[in-house]
Amino acid sequence: MTMTPVPLTTRKDWSSDQEVRWCPGCGDYSILAAIQMMMPDLGVRRESTVFVSGIGCAARFPYYMNTYGVHTIHGRAPAIATGLAMARPDLTVFVITGDGDALSIGGNHLIHALRRNVNIKILLFNNRIYGLTKGQYSPTSERGKITKSTPAGSLDRPFDPVSLAVGAEATFVARTHDMDRAHMQETFRRAHEHRGAALVEVYQNCNVFNDAAFEGITGKENRGSMLIQLRHGEPVRFGAEGEFGVFRTPQGAFVTDRVTSENESHLVVHDEHVSDPSLAFSLSRLTISDHEPTPMGVFRDVDAPEYGASVSEQIVQQQTAKGLGDLASLFRSNGSWTVS
Amino acid sequence: MAQQELSTLGSVVLRFAGDSGDGMQLTGERFTSVSALFGNDLATLPDYPAEIRAPAGTLAGVSSFQVQISDHDISTAGDAPNVLVAMNPAGLKANLGLLERDATIIVNVDAFDERSLEKAGYDTNPLEDGSLGQFRVYEVPMTTITTEVCKDAGVKPRDAERSKNFFALGLVSWLYSRPTDTTDAWIERRFGKNPLVLEANRRAFRAGYDFGETAELFDARYEVTAAPFPSGEYANITGNTALAWGLIAAAQKASLPLFLGSYPITPASDILHELAKHKEFGVRTFQAEDEIAGVASAIGASYGGALGITTTSGPGLDLKSEAIGLALSLEIPLVVVDVQRGGPSTGLPTKVEQADLLHAMYGRHGEAPVPIVAAITPGDCFNAAIEAVRIAVTYRTPVLLLSDAYLANGTEPWLIPNPDDLPVVDPKFADATNHVADDGSEQFWPYLRDENTLARPWAPPGVPGLEHRIGGLEKADGSGNVSYDGRNHERMSHLRRDKVAGIVASIPDVDVDDPTGDADLLVVGWGGTYGAIATGVARARAAGRKVAHVQLRHMNPFPGNLGDVLRAYPKVLVPELNLGQLSRLLRAEYLVDAQSLNKMQGVPFRASEIASAIETTLGEQS
Repeated sequence: MTMTPVPLTTRKDWSSDQEVRWCPGCGDYSILAAIQMMMPDLGVRRESTVFVSGIGCAARFPYYMNTYGVHTIHGRAPAIATGLAMARPDLTVFVITGDGDALSIGGNHLIHALRRNVNIKILLFNNRIYGLTKGQYSPTSERGKITKSTPAGSLDRPFDPVSLAVGAEATFVARTHDMDRAHMQETFRRAHEHRGAALVEVYQNCNVFNDAAFEGITGKENRGSMLIQLRHGEPVRFGAEGEFGVFRTPQGAFVTDRVTSENESHLVVHDEHVSDPSLAFSLSRLTISDHEPTPMGVFRDVDAPEYGASVSEQIVQQQTAKGLGDLASLFRSNGSWTVS
Repeated sequence: MAQQELSTLGSVVLRFAGDSGDGMQLTGERFTSVSALFGNDLATLPDYPAEIRAPAGTLAGVSSFQVQISDHDISTAGDAPNVLVAMNPAGLKANLGLLERDATIIVNVDAFDERSLEKAGYDTNPLEDGSLGQFRVYEVPMTTITTEVCKDAGVKPRDAERSKNFFALGLVSWLYSRPTDTTDAWIERRFGKNPLVLEANRRAFRAGYDFGETAELFDARYEVTAAPFPSGEYANITGNTALAWGLIAAAQKASLPLFLGSYPITPASDILHELAKHKEFGVRTFQAEDEIAGVASAIGASYGGALGITTTSGPGLDLKSEAIGLALSLEIPLVVVDVQRGGPSTGLPTKVEQADLLHAMYGRHGEAPVPIVAAITPGDCFNAAIEAVRIAVTYRTPVLLLSDAYLANGTEPWLIPNPDDLPVVDPKFADATNHVADDGSEQFWPYLRDENTLARPWAPPGVPGLEHRIGGLEKADGSGNVSYDGRNHERMSHLRRDKVAGIVASIPDVDVDDPTGDADLLVVGWGGTYGAIATGVARARAAGRKVAHVQLRHMNPFPGNLGDVLRAYPKVLVPELNLGQLSRLLRAEYLVDAQSLNKMQGVPFRASEIASAIETTLGEQS
């Protein structure tokens, strides 16, 4: 790799010449803009950045970035990105996925990529609906959802992507939403800085098939009372005046309540770096139904060995111990005999 | 001490059989190894159950290992064993039907108690009821003697009993005049860390050998002299090991880091195990969460400029199909190794079959041609792997490399190649823009093709100015941008087809084995049936038939002269371990009346079956 400084770039340098073809008004536009504008500040090179995606509306994302990119098959992006990141530890690898792609057809790859802690940044655009197939319920749709495939209402209980990622002991888990560019950029930047696997859930509006799914939480008039901004080392409070907070019940679950002078000292204090995933998990369970105050920001950011680096280390160890591979010795490693 | 007569044999086929826990594979491998070092030609056929430890003593739990050793060139493990070593009644019962008429049977008589007989389904003791009358049966108390000789070595009887396979090895080593020093040395090496086990095995081996010499049970002793090999250095090698080494060698010669994405599956797992041992070559092995992730990670690695490989067997190939289609559409190198086993579904996990050919050929949606290479012997798995990598890298395409359960576990002496003589493949990574836009700007077009090969540029991330996006959606010819244009799709479909068809220019014509040049029948085989067909053809020739033989290694595209070769013979016979897959392809492609000879029994063809089919096809001698 060259040692020359990373060239100064602007959003234009990171935008491809391809026409963006999402529906007008789609939340994906604001996420794309946030990322294109953020990239010049990350200190990475375009040629060393790869966007990998699977299938779905979100999966078209790589075509719009002027980087390397590969639009693959449904659900498999984390597995393809795993191979890429293992083979090329020098690259910055983003996975762009959606709720169907990541949590339904690709659920297995997602949890395994997270548990291995391979150095990929998974941005999960969650709109709680299948968009590209025109409006079936998804694994994050609320129970009872009326869609084309569930005319009498869906019966499945939804996944919470953050709970799932924390359950897989992902080392970095965060949530942001498409209505707040600064928050998205800050969250994506944190994910990029993390060494290892990162999952960022992005609440994203599908204005065609599931419009306003998050309006009750992310709408401008609702944010004050419904968004809980997580800040490391600080008591978890929300509301226009910080009048609400998160408390632990005697049974261990987290609940929200009005903060009083009596209970203020019992507020849950957020700690991103605690290795036990229970705190992050409990925070993620605050949102088990709609219209609940919803935490935003970084749930968990812990250090753990990065998978690709560990694989490379084993190679170096063996090369140090045995010397570089030699074919002539390999062919004789199970014994040989000579016929003269 | 009686001096037994020493007779010289041209070849002998031995079969070791016992319970899964009796160490029969190890015993067979040791006998093979000693014979290889001694200079015999040989071929082996391990045959073991899918269960790791099926109920002890039952037919389901029988594990066998067959080996043919000879003083001349052979290419199969033999049709019918001349000698069966049966460690228990089940081992006897399961293999009796395979033996030649007057075969020798050596049994561990200690294991023929009432309970074991019952477990094997014997109502009466076959050693006593006269049912083995046509065979020469030697009853040897292997367990008793083994525990006896281990007594004063401090080995518990239960542990000592486990060394009885070394007693059997010692006895057979005596019977066939095998040198003992290599086995002694091997026992020393293998069990050095466990002195008690080392001592028990050494004593058992010695006791078996001495038993042969002193027991006056055997009226004859045999030798099989060394075969006349071309001079050189040899190793005894399984197909799976040869395949793994071929991949390592190919990656080295192409200066590409090897990446294996794989999920454990019988009978392919040993390739993963072997590659995982060789990190000194920079090999990255990744045991993925499933078959799909195995191939997907390999695609990701190839996209990043590594040599992506995935290994599997039939059920895994089913799961990988969609991803292989992606690699085909992305046009990046990928080698998919399918070690074929009996199907469909879980089928016969440890048994051989060749029924994945049409899957390899057509098992994807859309017009999705994939080159196919098939290995023909265990040692040829090495060459086949190198050839698969050459095609994948040169033509930027997924390649299916077909092996099978017989090749995977079978062994043969392999002439060790000089690494300097192995072919070099240049990955020719893209390093510059290749297109000037209307506005004069320099661009990189990922789907601008090489005129000769129709291969597109391989442009892994990291090169400034070559940033580009590709995917599974149809791409515009040249620029690679997403295109839904129907005429472009048709053109791209033609290009993908023509690229794979054009590989024919780089592969050799088929080599026809036709000594007289005017054979009445051409036998066309493919892949792992080579040994049985070559031997069967040789027998038919010895019986006066004029028979030609072709063994295909390139299944897609077929070699350029194949049509002419097929049409040059009045009759064509196609033996396959399936229900007629190659014959169907040959008929479709060349309009020849290819007759099928099919077998689906989980075991290789016997040479006699080939010879007899040749007789039947040719009819009465004119």
